[in-house]
Amino acid sequence: MTTPSALPRQRRWSPPPLIRDPWRRWAVIILSIGYLMVGLSTLNINWARVQRGAIRFQRMLAEFLQPDFVSRWGDIQAGILESLTMTVVATVIGIILSVPIGFGGARNLAPLPIYLFCRGLITLSRTFQEVIIAIVFVIMFGFGPLAGVCTLSFASIGFLAKLLAEDIEEIDPAQVEAIRATGASWLKMVSYAVVPQVSPRLVGLSIYRFDINLRESAIVGVVGAGGIGATLQTAFSRYDFDVAGAILIIIIVLVMITEFISSYIRRRLQ
Amino acid sequence: MQICFARRWRHCCFDAKMHVYNQCTFVIAKKELDMLRIEQLTKRYPTGDLALNGVDLEVPERQVVALIGPSGAGKSTLIRCINRLVEPTEGRIWLKDLEITRLHASGLRRARRRIGMIFQEYALVERLTVMENVLSGRLGYVGFWQSWFRRYPQSDIDAAFNLLERVGLVDYVDKRADALSGGQRQRVGIARALLQNPDLLLVDEPTASLDPKTSRQIMRLITELAREHGLPVVINIHDVPLARMFAQRIVGLRSGVIVYDGPPEALVADTLTTIYGEEDWTDSQRADEPDEPVEQELHLPQQALTASG
Amino acid sequence: MPVRISNGVKTWQRYDRASVLKQWAGWLATTVVVLFCWQLIAGATRWEFVADAPQQLAQFLSRAFPPRWSYMNQLWRPLWDTVNIATLGTIIGVAVAFPTAFLAARNTTPHPIIRPLALLIIVVSRSVNSLIWALLLVALLGPGILAGVIAIGLRSIGFVGKLFYEAIEETSIEPVEAIRATGASGMQVLSYAILPQVLPSFAGVTVFRWDINIRESTVIGLVGAGGIGLNLDAAINALQWSRAGMIFISIFVIVLLSEWISARVRKAII
Repeated sequence: MTTPSALPRQRRWSPPPLIRDPWRRWAVIILSIGYLMVGLSTLNINWARVQRGAIRFQRMLAEFLQPDFVSRWGDIQAGILESLTMTVVATVIGIILSVPIGFGGARNLAPLPIYLFCRGLITLSRTFQEVIIAIVFVIMFGFGPLAGVCTLSFASIGFLAKLLAEDIEEIDPAQVEAIRATGASWLKMVSYAVVPQVSPRLVGLSIYRFDINLRESAIVGVVGAGGIGATLQTAFSRYDFDVAGAILIIIIVLVMITEFISSYIRRRLQ
Repeated sequence: MQICFARRWRHCCFDAKMHVYNQCTFVIAKKELDMLRIEQLTKRYPTGDLALNGVDLEVPERQVVALIGPSGAGKSTLIRCINRLVEPTEGRIWLKDLEITRLHASGLRRARRRIGMIFQEYALVERLTVMENVLSGRLGYVGFWQSWFRRYPQSDIDAAFNLLERVGLVDYVDKRADALSGGQRQRVGIARALLQNPDLLLVDEPTASLDPKTSRQIMRLITELAREHGLPVVINIHDVPLARMFAQRIVGLRSGVIVYDGPPEALVADTLTTIYGEEDWTDSQRADEPDEPVEQELHLPQQALTASG
Repeated sequence: MPVRISNGVKTWQRYDRASVLKQWAGWLATTVVVLFCWQLIAGATRWEFVADAPQQLAQFLSRAFPPRWSYMNQLWRPLWDTVNIATLGTIIGVAVAFPTAFLAARNTTPHPIIRPLALLIIVVSRSVNSLIWALLLVALLGPGILAGVIAIGLRSIGFVGKLFYEAIEETSIEPVEAIRATGASGMQVLSYAILPQVLPSFAGVTVFRWDINIRESTVIGLVGAGGIGLNLDAAINALQWSRAGMIFISIFVIVLLSEWISARVRKAII
């Protein structure tokens, strides 16, 4: 063995660690492993049930591969149509509601009380999953697609109004000042200096939201708010996997089509 | 000054001897001497553009060749065909006695280890440290998991430290590459290429993104290191004065065809016109004239220093 | 922008006549479609229920708030489960999405035949809502946390995978060429040239999806897939509105908290 002093040019190198402080590094590693162990232990997997599930999975796969569009076609057709109409109406209402709320939620345009109110509304809509909102609307309006329309419209606010408000807050203030310098009123200032800056993105986001609404419209039916969800849940609870498979295929194809169209339109807008 | 002169003189002798040797020996013997040999290289892109049209080029050992030509002349394509980052359409390329154009995946990888490449925009992995970037020059020699856990042999790490010392970046070992300046990044790129311990150095527009002073320093560093390691270099460069200063041989490319091949001294206005097209070249030369001797003087003591040190 | 001259007077118009007509036709078509859809929904709605919706809402709110605070003691465990479902589901989703993204990205796919297969996995996973995945898995594996974890994981594959492969496709080619030129193998090129470029956005996407998954895992219990949704379902079925109110509040807090954490982490990464 040669001593290090005999080899002065030999220098050690190892890559710098992600977290420099060794105490923190080990704390993070140990905590993550500990969490994983505890988290996995709460799963309490019922292996017998999983085994039965595996058998059922084979059956399900077989039935999924030969979907049954026919025997419940009436229900499926009505459900899909309802989902689509809900999506269309809810997206339009959502846009109409989101524009004023978005403007109100922009700190550079709105006075503080209006700003806080609009931001509160946005947070409320973003925090609750669509299905939970649907529960409240079903309580109000009873079962049916109207509750679904209200749900999706309300959920659209959390998405569209938030992004619109953020867009408005990031607009180029020079243009606003230029229009204001001509002596324009607040409304004129907004329509000439703000709207042209944010409207292209708003159109793109609205189309994107249409996609999301279509996807969500398939599940609000689980709590009775209309659409294909109720039919799908019935099919699953009866283990009618061939019918469920048919519905899933229709949903996937519909979502793919709308996504294709919407990405095409959004690309053309840019 | 004296040392430097002696060195120059030795080079002249060497070149002269080579010249005689080349002239006298058989063709087969000559082939063995050429580090790089390109025959009838043609590249047609899928778009239909003919980037290279039957290029023949031989680079003997230790020669610094500058490829000049207008943008779109195929300089970059030619360099990338040599290590097959661009797949040639026709023609053959030899690295010494190894026919690169005939190699498949793993053979090509082994051949690429012998060809160092320096890039225009440095092409460093910005989020890796300087050392990791330099060590990536050894990737062809280590296994995947070894490289994944950064467990390089100590000899590689020693070599990397020596190279970083040589290019003046030893204090930046654990800095991330995106924290460096342009010149420093290019030095890392040079160190990476040389850590491969290559037989040939390909240099693609090394100074395109650098200021004039840094450009000269980088060119000097590349040619000096090539001389120290006894490497032939193919430099693709659009800056004609720089090419004149640092290359022993200049190859002019126009529309994928070699239109000039000779020493820098023979590169007169007429040849520049054949390469680049009609333009009043006398003006640019006049502008160069007072500049170059001054640079040369600045250049010489530096060389003397490195030679004595 | 055409300028028309009629009777020797120049009039400036923003659009020429053809595009004005086209715009009007577009608006008209949209209005007709929306009205038609609205009519379908109105037909499926029982308006006497809608008439007393404000009353229903008032009644619901008065029963749900103030909530039964003491019920919170029974909610800690379901909340913990909810977080676990989201976290473990995210881990599963990322673990599958990571290789899938490399197969799906145009610049890293090993073979052009594999790419559409990987894209299909991503599209199917994206089009199907996590609640539908939960329905399916509850039918297969029986109710429980396991079904929820897998449902969240399956939905995450598509979302995370899509953003991952877009990040991979956006990497710059220069370092890739440079690493390839050193004679590195394909896997070494991925690990040295591509991975360092995409790792920050991968981490950001993962945390973002974790935050969405917290929101999603609050409802999958409604179909029996574990978490706080189970308690919500029980409370609603038993019309225990004060408990439901407590659940709403706890969901609100936990979702806001996760959103805050995710925003902090993403800011730290960038």
